[in-house]
Formats: sequence, C-alpha cells, structure tokens
Amino acid sequence: MSALLSVRDLQKTFGQVVAARDINVDVPVGQTVGIIGANGAGKTTFVNMITGHLKPSGGAIIFEGGAITGLPSRKIMRLGVARSFQVAQLFPTYTVFENLCAAIAIAHSGTSVFSAAVARFVSDRTKGEAETALAHFQIAPYRDALASTLPQGMRKLLDIAMATAGNPRLLLLDEPTSGISLEEKFDLMEVIMAALKARGTTVLFVEHDMEIVRRFADRVLAFYDGTVIADGPPTVALDDPRVAEFITGTLIRAKDGTLKAPTVSHA
Amino acid sequence: MSVRHTLLGALVFAGLAACVPLLPLWLISLITIAMSSGLVVSGLIILWRAGLVPFGQALFFATGAYTVALAGLWLKISDAVVLVILAIVAAALVAAFAGLLLARYREIFFAMLSLALSMILYGLLVKSEALGSTDGINVAQATFFGMKPRGAAYTIAVFWLSLVLVFLAWLSVTAYLGSVAGQMAGAIRDNEIRVEYLGISVTRLIHLKLTIAAALAGAGGALAALSISHVDPQMAYWTTSGGFVFVTILAGAVSVPAAFIGALIFEVIRSIAVAVLPGGWQMILGTVLLVTILFVPNGLGSLIMRKRIAGQGGSK
Repeated sequence: MSALLSVRDLQKTFGQVVAARDINVDVPVGQTVGIIGANGAGKTTFVNMITGHLKPSGGAIIFEGGAITGLPSRKIMRLGVARSFQVAQLFPTYTVFENLCAAIAIAHSGTSVFSAAVARFVSDRTKGEAETALAHFQIAPYRDALASTLPQGMRKLLDIAMATAGNPRLLLLDEPTSGISLEEKFDLMEVIMAALKARGTTVLFVEHDMEIVRRFADRVLAFYDGTVIADGPPTVALDDPRVAEFITGTLIRAKDGTLKAPTVSHA
Repeated sequence: MSVRHTLLGALVFAGLAACVPLLPLWLISLITIAMSSGLVVSGLIILWRAGLVPFGQALFFATGAYTVALAGLWLKISDAVVLVILAIVAAALVAAFAGLLLARYREIFFAMLSLALSMILYGLLVKSEALGSTDGINVAQATFFGMKPRGAAYTIAVFWLSLVLVFLAWLSVTAYLGSVAGQMAGAIRDNEIRVEYLGISVTRLIHLKLTIAAALAGAGGALAALSISHVDPQMAYWTTSGGFVFVTILAGAVSVPAAFIGALIFEVIRSIAVAVLPGGWQMILGTVLLVTILFVPNGLGSLIMRKRIAGQGGSK
C-alpha cells in the first residue's frame, strides 16, 4: 500500500519543553490508526501539527506526496485532511442540518472568498449531501434541533460529519469518545467507523480507551514523552512492555520480581 | 432572489419614481438623504450579522462624499453616474487597505479601531486647506448622461439616482447574503475555529465583508454629496457613524429593505424632533432608540421576517 501520510523526524518544542521528537510514521491509504498515550505524551501535539494548528519546529509532513509542513490549517483542509475536536466545534445557533449545509457549501465553494461570495449557499446538491450525512451518521432525528441543544454523543457525531463534508482522504479524530458514557462509547464508534469506512477515509484517532483501540484500530501508535514508543497491530503494540509500563499501566510483577505485560485474550 | 421578486421590486421602484409629481420637494430631498444613509446601513447589516459593529463607518461615507467633491473640483468630472462609481471604488480601496488591520480584530477592538480610523480622516479634513478644512467643499451640480437639470429638476434627478442605487444595493446585498460567504456570517459569530477548519479564511471573509460594506457607504456618501451639493468634515465625525449604528439598531439585521425603511423613519423622526424640540431633539431620538431596544430588539426587519416565517410553517 502507498503511504497517504508520511511524517519524517517531526519535532516540536515550546521553549525548553520538548513536546514532540523524532516522530517517523507512514500511514497507508485506508488504514485506521489508533493513537494512544498518557496525558501530555504528545498525541494532540502530533494531530495539531499534521492539521496546521501548530507549526513543527523541525521535520517534514508529506501528504499524498506533497509537503504540508507548516501550512495554515485551512490550506491543509483543502488538500484533503480534516479533523474533529476533543470538544466538538459546531455552530451552536445553527440547526444540525444548517451546520452540515455550511460545511458542505464551503467545501463546494472553492478556495477563495470571492468564489464563496458568488456560490449559492442553498443548492439541491448541498441539501442532498447534508441529508446523506444525516443518515450515515444517524443524526437525522435531530435534523432541525439547534446544535447547542444536542446531547454530547450527537455533538461528536455532528462534528465528525461536518469534518467529512469535503470528502477528506485523511481524517484525524481527537478523542471521539471523550465525555461519552461507557455504554454508549462502542455504539458511537460503530456509527463513526461504519460511516468512514463507507467513504474509504483513512483515519487517525486519539483514544484513551484501550478496548476501543483494540476493537477499531488496524494499527496503534503509542506515544510517550513526545515520541512513538510502539507502532504495530493492536495485538502487538498494546502488549508491548513499554506501552504496558508507561501508558496502559498493566504491567504485572512476576514471581521472579520482573515486570511483565499480562497475557490478553483477543477472542 | 427569484426573477419574480426582482421584477416585483423593479415595479415598486418604478412606481416610486413615478410618484414624484405627488411629492413636495422637501420630502423628495428628505427621502434622498434617507436613502444615502440606508445604503450605508445595508452594508452595516453585512458586518452586523457577523457580530461586527463598526463605530467608524463614516470613514467610508466621507471618502465617497469627498471623492465626488474632489473629482468635480480637480478632475472636472460632472457625470453623476461616473462620480458615484468613483466614490464606490475609492471607498472600497480605502477599506481594502484599512481591512488589512481591521479584519484581524473583533468586538470592541474592531469597533473602536474603525472609529479611530474615521477620526484620523476627520482630523486630516479639518486641518487640510486643500480639502476645504472645517468649511468643507461645495459640490458642483452633476450632469446626468449629458443632461444638466437644475433647480427642482436636479433634486428629482438625484432622487431617481437614489432609487436606482437602492435597487441595485438591494439586489446585490440580498444576493451576497444568500451566498456561501454571506451565510457564513453567523458561523463566524458562532465559531471561527470551525470555519477555518472547514477550509476558508475568516480574516479574508471579514475583509471582504468590510470592503463590500465600505463600497455601499461610499455610494451613500456620493449620494449625500450630490444631494446636498456640499461636503464637510462632519461627514467623517463619530456622531455620523453613531447615526448609522442607530439606524442599524432600528432596522435590525434580518432584512435588507428594513435598512432603507429604518433610514427613512430615522430621518422623519429627526426632522420632526428638530422642529418640535430644537434644543433637545437628541432626547427624542434617544427615547426612540430605547423603545426600539426594549420592544423590538431585532429591529423593524424582524417584524417583517417574523410574519414570513410564520407563513412558512415556522421553518427557518
């Protein structure tokens, strides 16, 4: 598989603090990558650098063969990279349908504000795509509700549905299940992943719940102290002793006194 | 806007133009001045919807007015249409330049910075002998496609010009508000981060809004200059900007025609207030503003729109 996203020697420092160092990752088309790590490990910094929210201190980010390092977020979005946020970023005074129409209309209106000034906001195409998104993300029952009145799960779904408006090839989800109850988390992820798989979107998602990662990720990137300490399929990466020691905290002390990762059943 | 609505609007404006023989000259002048103010307010609606309230829109109004005066004085241009076009271009250019700074600011900082820029222009106009200083400049009566109406005919010709400008402003502002950029106003007010992450520059969107609003203010200034046949620094003063904000509150931001109706009501109230209470007319205007904010917080336009929404079954 060809690499959709390549990250080379990525660095980020804030004064004396090193937030990211020597990150090297290739993400092939179609892969779903779970990003794990303790708070402050550098997960969101990594996502923020890819999406242009933060400018890297060094290294390169290549998307579809072209460098996107340090570009403004809106330009990166236009190239086919989208993201959702830990706290859903919506237009609270718009209805769910209007939120989707806004996202879709911008995606269709071209790159300049002048083309946006002549493109019609409400078109049959925009409305049609908004209705499709409502169905795919199962938020149709809330179609005419104001975004400010939505329950947390629906806010997350709408945020992600809006991010997919321009049919991005790469989507980064920052803690899609944060603030969601344990019972609802898996259902929510099922809806999200089903919708994204249908679109063939490559996904990187930041997640703290290891069961979610184990179930939905094809591959895991484990972050610790600003760098990737484990990279591989969930069955391998999540059982890596360093991951167990620094992230999942599941190391157990054997009878001989050494620390070991527990044996996990993946049936 | 549908072709049917456009044709209906054109008919209404043609009807208004034909009403001239029925109207006294003072009323025609009053309507013309109100329409010049309405043009500015129609631009303020664009900014207002994005949560931006400039307290210095007189900067562009005065730019338009002085462009007309100086183009006549220095370049000997007399055609009214050419003068209005020049005024629109000049005001838009000033906004394109000022917008490099203004578009980065929001809320009170945006409001006060725009006020500061308008007061700089006021200071320049007051101090500059070449620009007429405090006395201002007399504007030569314009020609209309080679014709030189004078006296009452001139007042009527400027009135007709005002109707054409208002019609064009109504069409273009309505078209803009229905566009993606126009509809993003509420989104900008709600959440700039999300707008940026949908792939469009908020700063550039606001810069564009500012430039369009300035072009309309320039047209308003040109119309005022042609109507009064005089320009002076007061046109750039903060009280002039305050008057535009007053009318915007009165009209509200939901309806474009309300900008012109609100401007007309404002001029009528001001004229009556000055006649009834020459020393305290501001008190009457203040009361009107108070009543508007208390009882019609979304302006007169919301009354029209509310009826239409109810007629459509409550959908937005």
